[in-house]
Formats: sequence, C-alpha cells, structure tokens
Amino acid sequence: MAKIVGVVTTSHVPAIGGAIHKGLQTDAYWKPFFDGFPPVREWLAKVRPDVAIVVNNDHGLNFFLDKMPTFAIGTAPEYKNADEGWGIPVLPSFKGNEDLSWHLAESLIGDEFDMVTCQEMVVDHAFTLPLALLYPDMNWPVSVIPININTVLFPTPSAKRCYKLGQAIGRAVEAFDQDLKVLVIGTGGLSHQLEGERAGFINKEFDIKFMDSLTTDPQWATQYTDRELVAHTGTQGIELLNWLTARATMSGKVTELHRNFHIPISNTAAATMLLEHAV
Amino acid sequence: MKSPHINIPGTTIFDGSEARRGYALNKMCYSFNEKASRDEFLKDEDAYCAKYGLNAQQRAAVAAKNVLQLLAAGGNAYYLAKFGGIFGLDMQDIGAQQTGVSKDEFKAKLVAAGK
Repeated sequence: MAKIVGVVTTSHVPAIGGAIHKGLQTDAYWKPFFDGFPPVREWLAKVRPDVAIVVNNDHGLNFFLDKMPTFAIGTAPEYKNADEGWGIPVLPSFKGNEDLSWHLAESLIGDEFDMVTCQEMVVDHAFTLPLALLYPDMNWPVSVIPININTVLFPTPSAKRCYKLGQAIGRAVEAFDQDLKVLVIGTGGLSHQLEGERAGFINKEFDIKFMDSLTTDPQWATQYTDRELVAHTGTQGIELLNWLTARATMSGKVTELHRNFHIPISNTAAATMLLEHAV
Repeated sequence: MKSPHINIPGTTIFDGSEARRGYALNKMCYSFNEKASRDEFLKDEDAYCAKYGLNAQQRAAVAAKNVLQLLAAGGNAYYLAKFGGIFGLDMQDIGAQQTGVSKDEFKAKLVAAGK
C-alpha cells in the first residue's frame, strides 16, 4: 500500500529561481535561506520517496480568470515549466504519476471534493522551485502530482476546507494499492504582501505561531476566514493554505524534524519545515 | 454563510467585483507569459492595449506604469507582475513605488520586519 512518509513545506519566491540560476546559494543575502535545505536533502536521501504530491497555487501561468478552479489536480503524464514573463530559466520537465493521480481524483470526488482534473498543466515557480531546492541536480527522482489551490481570486477556499482536503488526500493515498513512498510538499508563504500601500507587510509573530501549530495544534489556522488570513499574513501570505493542506495529509501526531525561518527573501518571510509521523 | 468583509488598510481584496472591472487589463497581462506578446506590446503599446479592449483608466495606468493606478483599475498582483517584468522591475521596485519610499528604504523595512 502507498504511505505518506513525510511533509516538506517551503516558500516559493520567484527570485529563488534567479539565485539558483546565478549560483548565489552561498551569497550573504541568500545563504540563510539555502542553508535550510541540507538537512531536508539528507532526510530525502535516507527515505527516498517515490512520488511527490505538490500542493501549490498557480500564479497565472496555467490558469487565468476565464476558468479559475478552486481546487484542481494534475492527471498528466508529464508537467512542463514555461516562461512566466520575467525570465526565470525554465526547469526540466517532471514525470507525472497517472495511476495515483486518477486514483486521487476518483477518491477525492467520491469524498465530495469536486476537483477539476487537468490532463495537461504547465507548472510555475510555486511547483518547480521547491523541487529544485529539494533536488538541486534537477534530475528528479520522484514522479509528481500537482494539487492546485486558488489563492488568486477571492473567496479562496477556507482554511477549514483546505484542512479537510488534506485529510481526504491522506486517506486516498493510504488506500492506494501500489507500494509507494509518498512525499507531500506544501509551497508558498509565509507572510508577505506584494500589492497596495500595505506592500512589504510581514508578520513574524503570526508565522511562528502558524509553524508551531503544525505540530502542536494543526487545526489552529482553520479558525480564520480568507480575509482574516490576509489581515494576519498579507495578500500572498494566504498561500499558507498550501502548507495547511499538506500538513493535514498526515493523520495523528507528527514530529518536526527541521525548521528554517529567515526574513526577508525578496518581500517574503521565507520558511522551510520537515515533518514526519511521530513514532 | 456570509463572509465577513473586514477592511484591511492599504489592501484591495481581489474578488469578483475587481475581477469584473479588471478583466481586460488582467487578460492583457496574462498574455505577457509569451515573449512574442511582450515584444508586440513594446513595439506598439497603443495597438496592443486596444487589442485587449482596455478602458481609459486602464490605458492611462499602463502608460504611467503606476502600480497603485493599475490596482485601482482592477489589476491583480499576479498578472501585473508579468507587466512589471517587461520593464525589469522586481518586487522591491514595485513595493517602493507603491509605498512612496526609495528601494533601499523599502528593503530596510523588510529586514527590520525580521528583527
């Protein structure tokens, strides 16, 4: 049977792509962020996941406002990265896992989560950069499944709903009859706001509370509406919904194996966490 | 259930009403994913804006490259970022412009948020 081996959450600021491309990982500005990854990579080398389910939000590469799904799942054999308009180098394509994708789609829809299924999907920095941070040689050892959550157009799904989606993904994975080690990645956040007179808003205290809650009280963030989350974490800080969904795929107690938190990377409070089932 | 529409200073929530107002502008910005579209825009800005049916407010905001005006015209941050990219503006340039400070001051504010 398939098994979720752990959850990794990390920020996905586009500038990270530029830093990787220019080899700035040890540069004074970038080092505190990139230093957060060696412990995660060591864990990955030990655990060796077969599949990564990547909970992320498209930023207007695959989806536009003509059709904006609240929840979508990739069911494609392959996912390509593409030009997002500002010249981040395009990363190598990713192999999908159609068997598990379709199983998830069927199981989630059966579980009353009406996912939009996508047999073609291009993936943007929210998807590619976390994988490039985990596997810097970009010779991807995992097949992938994107789960997309709308954070562009309000209302977004509620934190409560995202948590339940995560739980449903967890149940679906555990019921899949192939012997697979599944890593769940939640990308984006933490607090940041790009637009308006409030641009540059960061809330360190809330971010720390949120990160703590993922192990001590995982449903803590579900008390907030989408707009309350914007008030606390900024218009793009709401990407923490991806983290929350990823966390919720693991039932029972979890252990925090690693955390890195650095302010700022670009306009963002950048963070990385690694969670595993508690033994 | 009615969603509580709390007021967040300096922030426009991009909801259905903004999406309705901003559709043409956002659709044009979405097209900037393609290099050919960016080139076409740079070659003839007027013609490109006309092709997407921008209204006068949107056209003026594009001409001014003013992010607050673009937001006021219904623009969404994610699509506007692609517009900013044409001119090589990064998020600190955009943040500084919107908050009326220099780029260095804006960056210092971000650093201070981490203390």
